[in-house]
Amino acid sequence: MSKVPLQFRHNGRDVAIFVDGGTNLLVALRELIGDMTPKFGCGQGGCGTCSVLIDGELHLSCLTLAETVGGRSIETLDGMKQGPNLHPLQRAFADHFAAQCGYCTPGMLMAAKALLDRNPSPSRDEVIEAISGNICRCTGYEPIINAILAAAGGRVSA
Amino acid sequence: MPVTVKTFASASEAAGALSSDRTARYLGGGTLVMRALNEGDVSISTVVRAQDQALTRIDASGPRITLGAGVTFARVLAERDLGFLHAPARSIGGPAVRNMGTVGGNLFAPTPYGDFTVALLALDATVAVQGGFGARDIPIEEFLQARERQAGTLVLSVSCTRPASSEAFCYRKIARIKPKGGSVITLAAHLPISGGRIAGARIALGSMAPTQIRARAAERALEGRSLDAATIAAAASAAAEGTSPFDNALGSAWYRREIVGVHLRRLLSGQE
Repeated sequence: MSKVPLQFRHNGRDVAIFVDGGTNLLVALRELIGDMTPKFGCGQGGCGTCSVLIDGELHLSCLTLAETVGGRSIETLDGMKQGPNLHPLQRAFADHFAAQCGYCTPGMLMAAKALLDRNPSPSRDEVIEAISGNICRCTGYEPIINAILAAAGGRVSA
Repeated sequence: MPVTVKTFASASEAAGALSSDRTARYLGGGTLVMRALNEGDVSISTVVRAQDQALTRIDASGPRITLGAGVTFARVLAERDLGFLHAPARSIGGPAVRNMGTVGGNLFAPTPYGDFTVALLALDATVAVQGGFGARDIPIEEFLQARERQAGTLVLSVSCTRPASSEAFCYRKIARIKPKGGSVITLAAHLPISGGRIAGARIALGSMAPTQIRARAAERALEGRSLDAATIAAAASAAAEGTSPFDNALGSAWYRREIVGVHLRRLLSGQE
């Protein structure tokens, strides 16, 4: 089976790879590009830890056929920090103990970024809705919701 | 196992490729086909895609609306003229799934999924499909009954009549996890009122049979009557008739039969 050439933008940088037919975007990002921030959770669309932004829209990379992202812009957690500084959402997650085992955190942060990019001051219910596709088995969600609200309100330590 | 991905510019070319290859599946939003590939489904060796703009078209201006098969639930939610379909669209997945999942794919979603299709069944939708022998329109009920045999056809669009009023159509998904979760039961009711009486009642149920089905006994209890407490009680007690629910992790068949009438009564009487 021949490989298929694929080019897209990965966190603002052009990348070109060869993928096997049927490869999902998560495998392409982790194994071919070396971006280990999106995680493999369920492979079924149930957990959200593989969430990435495709042209600014939240998608599940494990359910995205890699070949469909040619020419599009992919954002992952790896591109979130700004130079040596954490993104305000990352800082808020640290400040509010919103990461425990950390496995859901990449997906939670991308879902939160997708929300704040289009709605900078969401209500608590809107935050809950925004992360409703992301499962966390450690925190009970409250610290995550509080962290996202804090980041939205600018109440984050520098 | 690697699969061959075939991308076509037009839906008709994709339909041709789909009908001529038994191992081909059409890739819409990816939430069903990619999931199957991730689980190692070796029955799929070809994935067919179409980049036809007609598949993502929404026509919501008139009394009869048409949604291209590739329209996502996020786009349904962004369309103000499709307000009556917002509740079913919002009940599906989280934001990422709604950005990916499509109206056409939902027709094939096995239980406990396929909630949007429950709403379409209550609204007497028509499914436009293209197979090896050309395009045709199929009533959604007929489409669902033969769903297992539809793999070789490509769904182009779904159309339905807009409910006469916002009160005439109601929808509810019973899930254990809020705001997201698989369906224990999904209910949709379209009850047009003519001269104070229900004319053309349609009740659709999800997770009460292998595919979405109509609750015909409940419909008969409502037809020609006014929507009062006695009528609702009669419909509720007939709700489980003709259903064949199953056991799964979300609920047993017995539980589903016991509660379907309770939830139908609450839905029709506007209770939470």
